[in-house]
Amino acid sequence: MNTFGDPAIWLPFVFAGLMGVSILIYVVLDGFDLGVGVLFPFADDDEKDRMIASIGPFWDANETWLVLAVGLLLVAFPVAHGAILTALYLPVAIMLIGLILRGVAFEFRAKAPAPHKHLWNNAFFAGSLMTSLSQGFMLGMYIMGLQWTWANAGFALLTAVFLTVGYSFIGATWVIHKTDEYLQRKAVDWAKGGIWGLVLGIGLISMATPLVSARIFDKWFSWPEALYLSPLPIISALLVIWLWWMLRRMPYMNDRWSWLPFAAATSLWVMAFGGMAYSFYPYVVPEQLTIYESASAPESLFIILIGTMFVLPTIMGYTILAYTVFRGKATELRYD
Amino acid sequence: MMETLLLSRIQFAANISFHILFPTITIALGWVLLFFKIRYNMTGQDRWMEAYRFWVKIFALSFALGVVSGITMSFQFGTNWPGFMEIVGNIAGPLLAYEIMTAFFLEAVFLGIMLFGFSRVPNWLHTLATFLVAFGTLMSAFWIIVLNSWMHTPQGFEMRDGVAHATDWFAIVFNPSMPYRFTHMVLASFLTVSFLIAGVSAFRWLIGGRTAGVRVALKTAVVTAALLMPVQILVGDMHGLNTKEYQPAKVAAMEGHWETGGNVPLILFALPDQEARENRFEIGIPNLASYILTHTWDGEVQGLNDFVAEDGTVLHPRVAPVFWSFRVMIGTGVAMLLLSWTACAMMLRRRRGVEGLPKPMLYAFVAMSFSGWIATLAGWYTTEIGRQPWLVQGVMTTAEAVADVPAPMVLGTLIAYLVVYALLLSAYIYVIFYLARKMSRGEDIGTRVAPAPAAAPKAIPAE
Repeated sequence: MNTFGDPAIWLPFVFAGLMGVSILIYVVLDGFDLGVGVLFPFADDDEKDRMIASIGPFWDANETWLVLAVGLLLVAFPVAHGAILTALYLPVAIMLIGLILRGVAFEFRAKAPAPHKHLWNNAFFAGSLMTSLSQGFMLGMYIMGLQWTWANAGFALLTAVFLTVGYSFIGATWVIHKTDEYLQRKAVDWAKGGIWGLVLGIGLISMATPLVSARIFDKWFSWPEALYLSPLPIISALLVIWLWWMLRRMPYMNDRWSWLPFAAATSLWVMAFGGMAYSFYPYVVPEQLTIYESASAPESLFIILIGTMFVLPTIMGYTILAYTVFRGKATELRYD
Repeated sequence: MMETLLLSRIQFAANISFHILFPTITIALGWVLLFFKIRYNMTGQDRWMEAYRFWVKIFALSFALGVVSGITMSFQFGTNWPGFMEIVGNIAGPLLAYEIMTAFFLEAVFLGIMLFGFSRVPNWLHTLATFLVAFGTLMSAFWIIVLNSWMHTPQGFEMRDGVAHATDWFAIVFNPSMPYRFTHMVLASFLTVSFLIAGVSAFRWLIGGRTAGVRVALKTAVVTAALLMPVQILVGDMHGLNTKEYQPAKVAAMEGHWETGGNVPLILFALPDQEARENRFEIGIPNLASYILTHTWDGEVQGLNDFVAEDGTVLHPRVAPVFWSFRVMIGTGVAMLLLSWTACAMMLRRRRGVEGLPKPMLYAFVAMSFSGWIATLAGWYTTEIGRQPWLVQGVMTTAEAVADVPAPMVLGTLIAYLVVYALLLSAYIYVIFYLARKMSRGEDIGTRVAPAPAAAPKAIPAE
């Protein structure tokens, strides 16, 4: 077990990495299907069916990344799990109820009698909105060091709105890719409307994070780190400009490049997430607990790692397979 | 703090009670579906596939509800019980990890094929997928029961600086109560599913949907219930004896037995009075509890008064909830035994199979559709409340683990959860019977908006 040095050092690092990857995959994948839910009121009944069809085979697997991320936090950093979730008690409860509502609305809107369908559509929208808002709120509180003050809650409310708009943006780019004709043009408009939420959100978080903590400020604005890190904001800015330029010309002839806005949006999320991960490392509870202080015993982590080594590649492989099998435009179909 | 503790316990109980309803169905329903599938493969008769197609939808619905309510569980540990993972995280962590990963594994890979794949993949692959989903659900149950059993009968660890560290994983996994608890739960799952299938099939039969698929489902369910009920009683008895050895306070509370001694009666009815430390309005059968617990008529059984410390600290659970949930479980079980055996006897005696069941009996099955849920929940309440005041028997108390969240916040979220759960439970039961009615009218229920895979564009509307 000592091949890679001290297991009390590399095991927590590996698990922090695994957890980070899970969270990133979660916010991109569930981000787009939550966004589709948030966009629901802007669509008519037929469009709703098509939007549901575009996320149908994926949303369930997308949500499991959240279980994996929180599961890894729970089993690898139990102390941090307790500290973070106790501090975020209320938004967590709202998120969970939101997740339950939208998850079951998905099943029930197809199986319940037709007159009840619009009720489940509303439940799907409400659940998606509750989930997005509370995740954004938790993000804000986390950046502010999980301290409940009026100012911090105000900041968290802003991030809640921006993350929700950001989700609806990536959701719109997904709809652009998965649909055509009128709905696709509508989605291009949604994306043009939603991109500002993303820009403002990333901007706000980028400005607030270094101001909250001198440690994070030094990590970004000391020489030569600032030089190495400069591609991050520059590429992000270029991506935004490119996205805007592209969206103004969408859809292209023969539906070419319809996947590009989604890919560009995903790259933007990866950049933003990478920046945040860099800011907070090695802390898992901001400025309070490092990953090394809160990790489980190395022998327990090692046992979990063995299982993870089998499961993670399988889930990755399946995810890729599912997206390949269900690629192309979403169309209606009956199944059994 | 006391209020937060009690409210947090009620909240956890509400969440896990709602959650366990659905795994209780999926654990066994997976195997029942595999049985239908294998019978179809062997006989080529469409009736088995008809049964499969109907029940796989209930499986999908139950699985979805199990997943979303399971997400809640993985957060509850942190929001309400941070002390649990702080003290025993090194042991609970890997077990929970394996539970989550097995559930993941099966959901990620095989569930899609099982639900959507019958017309898209070779038949053997569809059968294999059904097997793997059933097996995966069982494995998932195994890991969670291992953790739960370890909390009742912990071993294979040592305490260092107040934190538990694993010393022997074999001892942790195969802790003394695990085999009994696991068998008891798996059988409970099979009985729950048997009565659900019997109830819904009887319902369809009564409203005129007398198809071959309904017939085989009803027959399979009644026979399974009749076969497994006595096994469950035997396993339950063995589980009880195991509990008597490791958690005598729980057994004393189940029996409402206060003073250590021999010739203990089996109490059928009583109102246990914790303050006076005695039972009121007690009705019992002399010596029977002694016989059940020690297998001799005058055997000595430890009483609750042995579990009060010198300074008056009570080290046994509250008696009334344990005493009563135990009786609810037993009572429901007896009703299930009587109904399934009578039905079997009638099917055999008149030699007309399902046709031989009189109408009142079918109504009784409809009424008992969810009897398995009641018995299972009552059983879990018995064993979990019975472990109190301990969270991990002898290692840490429940009060040590609870988060210091303001009581009104716990109460507020508890009410929100309860409202959502009540809504979803009604919707779940409603939809099951709605699908059954639709099916009986001969309407297609295989309708659901789903995207066509690019590789298989041959979407055939079922009408």
